[in-house]
Amino acid sequence: MSIRKRPNIFRGINVERLLDLIPILIALFAAFIVASFLLIALDANPITAFSAMFEGAFGSQNATAETLVKATPILFVAIGITIAFRGGVINIGGEGQMIAGALGAITVTLMIGESLNWLVIPLALFAGFIAGGIYGGIAGFLKAYFDVNEILSTIMLNQIAVQLMNFLLNGPLLDPESGGFNNIPKTARISEVAQLPRLAIFDFFSRTRLHYGLIIAIIIAIIIYVLLWRTTIGYRIRAVGLNQRASRYAGINVERQIVLSMFLAGGMAGLAGAVQVLGLNYRLQTDGSPAGFTANAGFNGIVAALFGGLNPLGAIPASTFFGALLVGAQKMQREVGVPASMITAINGLIVVFVVSSQIFILRRTRRRVGEAIGQMDDNHTEKLKEGEN
Amino acid sequence: MAETVLTNKRRIELLEMRGIVKRFPGVLACDQIDFTVKSGEVHTLLGENGAGKSTLMKMLYGLYQPDEGEIRINGKVASIRSPQEAIQSGIGMIHQHFMFVPSLTVAENVALGLKTSFGSMLDLKEISKGLSALSDRYNLKIDPDIPIWQLAVGEQQRVEILRAIYKGADLLILDEPTAVLTPQEVDDLFRILNQMRQDGHALIFISHKLHEVLAISNRITVLRDGAQVGMIDVEEATKQNLAEMMVGRPVVLQYDIPPLERGSVRLELNQVSARSNRGNLGLNDVSLSVYGGEIVGVAGVSGNGQQELAQVIAGLRPIEAGTITVNGQNISGKSPEKMNSLGVSYIPEERMVDGVIKEFTVAENLILQDHWREPFANNGLMLNFNVIQDACRQAIKDYEIKTPSTETPIKSLSGGNIQKLVLARELARNPQVLIAAQPTRGVDIGASEYIHQRILAERETGTAILLISEDLDEIRALSDRIIVMFEGRIVGIVERKDVNIQALGAMMAGVH
Repeated sequence: MSIRKRPNIFRGINVERLLDLIPILIALFAAFIVASFLLIALDANPITAFSAMFEGAFGSQNATAETLVKATPILFVAIGITIAFRGGVINIGGEGQMIAGALGAITVTLMIGESLNWLVIPLALFAGFIAGGIYGGIAGFLKAYFDVNEILSTIMLNQIAVQLMNFLLNGPLLDPESGGFNNIPKTARISEVAQLPRLAIFDFFSRTRLHYGLIIAIIIAIIIYVLLWRTTIGYRIRAVGLNQRASRYAGINVERQIVLSMFLAGGMAGLAGAVQVLGLNYRLQTDGSPAGFTANAGFNGIVAALFGGLNPLGAIPASTFFGALLVGAQKMQREVGVPASMITAINGLIVVFVVSSQIFILRRTRRRVGEAIGQMDDNHTEKLKEGEN
Repeated sequence: MAETVLTNKRRIELLEMRGIVKRFPGVLACDQIDFTVKSGEVHTLLGENGAGKSTLMKMLYGLYQPDEGEIRINGKVASIRSPQEAIQSGIGMIHQHFMFVPSLTVAENVALGLKTSFGSMLDLKEISKGLSALSDRYNLKIDPDIPIWQLAVGEQQRVEILRAIYKGADLLILDEPTAVLTPQEVDDLFRILNQMRQDGHALIFISHKLHEVLAISNRITVLRDGAQVGMIDVEEATKQNLAEMMVGRPVVLQYDIPPLERGSVRLELNQVSARSNRGNLGLNDVSLSVYGGEIVGVAGVSGNGQQELAQVIAGLRPIEAGTITVNGQNISGKSPEKMNSLGVSYIPEERMVDGVIKEFTVAENLILQDHWREPFANNGLMLNFNVIQDACRQAIKDYEIKTPSTETPIKSLSGGNIQKLVLARELARNPQVLIAAQPTRGVDIGASEYIHQRILAERETGTAILLISEDLDEIRALSDRIIVMFEGRIVGIVERKDVNIQALGAMMAGVH
């Protein structure tokens, strides 16, 4: 057997890993190029449009804060979607779970009133988590024990949640002060002790809407990262997500993991809903449409989760990115007069390009491992040869 | 077309591959290989998995292009850029996995590959006639008008051969054709190959079963790690020297097995029945005892209840009737986890589907069943990273697993190394009962020998072992007793000293 020289892969492996980012950056660039053509077709100057977009997303303290405000619920949902995906469940129910979480949080908050002081916020968040979790858990239960496709069930549950919210906001939860004649269905305002404080770092971000929900989301992202990769719970969820037969063989209760991963996913989306209520609106209000309360965060979270590489920590920059796109789009719309739905198209382009670029990263990884194994064989052979001499 | 095939004039008298080099990223798959085959001979390509046999043949069949070297047919340089061009040059290939539309007849399946005759009734009759003639000539016993799904595996393989000859193959590549056959079917196949050889076909036979190679070949070329180790005539070849050429070091083919010291009954099945995935009784009224320190081999053609047998014992398949006991404790219908804690270890047949999680790392796969137990986890919650790493490094060392690191995804390893990891995991539990299903399928000789030694060592420690295998050599080399399964029942039990391969084959085929 011939001995082949190969670069040592153990030296400079971090550089190799960093190079993995290049395909993503190229994909982003390509997506913006294609989007430029769309803009040109709409008689808009792409450079003006994109700089308006950037300006709108990060141009001022307030712009940056708005980007992060938008990113917060997306991040919660993306963390949940990540758990579900890792558990082999495709959760399209972020919207419904978010609404369930918001309903749980607002009900508990309004019931407690001001009586429990600082305990209100943790209790309300917990209620949001449990309500969203149960709502997600339903879909998980149906999948695990009755083989109901989770994509169908979560979409249906989204519809049910919207109607449930509309019913509650027009009846039992209706703000008593606004009476029954308001065309914006909304609950009463929550008391001040229940409001998540604004997040100001010294002077920075003061007088913006940025609130502590972002910090909670980031802490949860870290916790879920640890849960997925450092605990037996995460091990089981990932095992079931990758191979149910081997998991069963290993004595893992597959059904229980499916329900659990959907419960956690729903719980994360529930927290997104709760944080919107406690940190931003201080009440639950909607215009009656599905996106009236969620602003599509339940769907954007799916894209952000994929963009973040199905890793809770990756979801942090990914959600920020999508928050920036959404906020920047409004500015772009004002400045260059293109429809804001353009941003949906750009979103789609980015997803297509970035997902396609994954194949290059995969190939690089495969080659890396292949070389490592090949080299090991060489060493092995060399040792054998030494032994012979 | 049939007429041209039936004449004895061959388009390929001599095929030469000269200095063939093929590189894949990080791997030199074929390194300066010379290989020739001529009309009227069987030239065997022998080598372990990953030795380069398949790559070499794929280049001959036009699926890959060589980076260096040339292929000559009858002395003239030929460029074969696709399987179509290979077929036109008279090269045919019988793959391990048959490529048929099951609902169509034999003749229709053959017609599918022919460009001009698609769908026309007249041609189908013509094809049917041609196929019948060929079938008679080579004694293939194939009715061209029968649907494929009604044929047994061995018959389907004969259809593949028939199709290749019909399309005018003078040179036939047979990629591990005996892997799916019973001993009797292997004999039939060899009769057919002999007839073809006499007719002047050139045959390339790929295998790693040494006795078959010795029985059918004229010449044998051995590959190892992408390089040519040597080419010898069958007269000079013995099992021993072939195995050594393949592995690159002396290999033990016959194990010294110490006399049986039977312990108490460890595993007992009493009139157990279970349904297969198709809903019929895949396991029918099976009673069986396995004693400590004993290896019981389960022989049989694939799909006769062996898999169901392993799965009911492992707790993976519900039983319809009967009882299973381990050390006297009734465990019928218990969960896999319960079986584990009672000391039942199971090496599953489909290693990549049941035995490991492909995307998980080597270390993660090592703790599959025990991930929540001490010392791998604290309080059943936090994974103990350092302990897992240490255990994995120890297993890699003890079981000679070739892997770049403990964090490599297990799917990057070779079949033999993956199986060694499964073995390390299952034996670490010091099992009372070991179920080993096809433990060396797809595993190269070196690793097979190692796995066999480990199983024998387990026998020494008093473990009751049930060895399920379709490889009769393996069963005979290791088992103290052999049971034969046919259609879900045990149709025969043979002690080691009474083994007769012919009788075993007959029982496997349901003749008893």
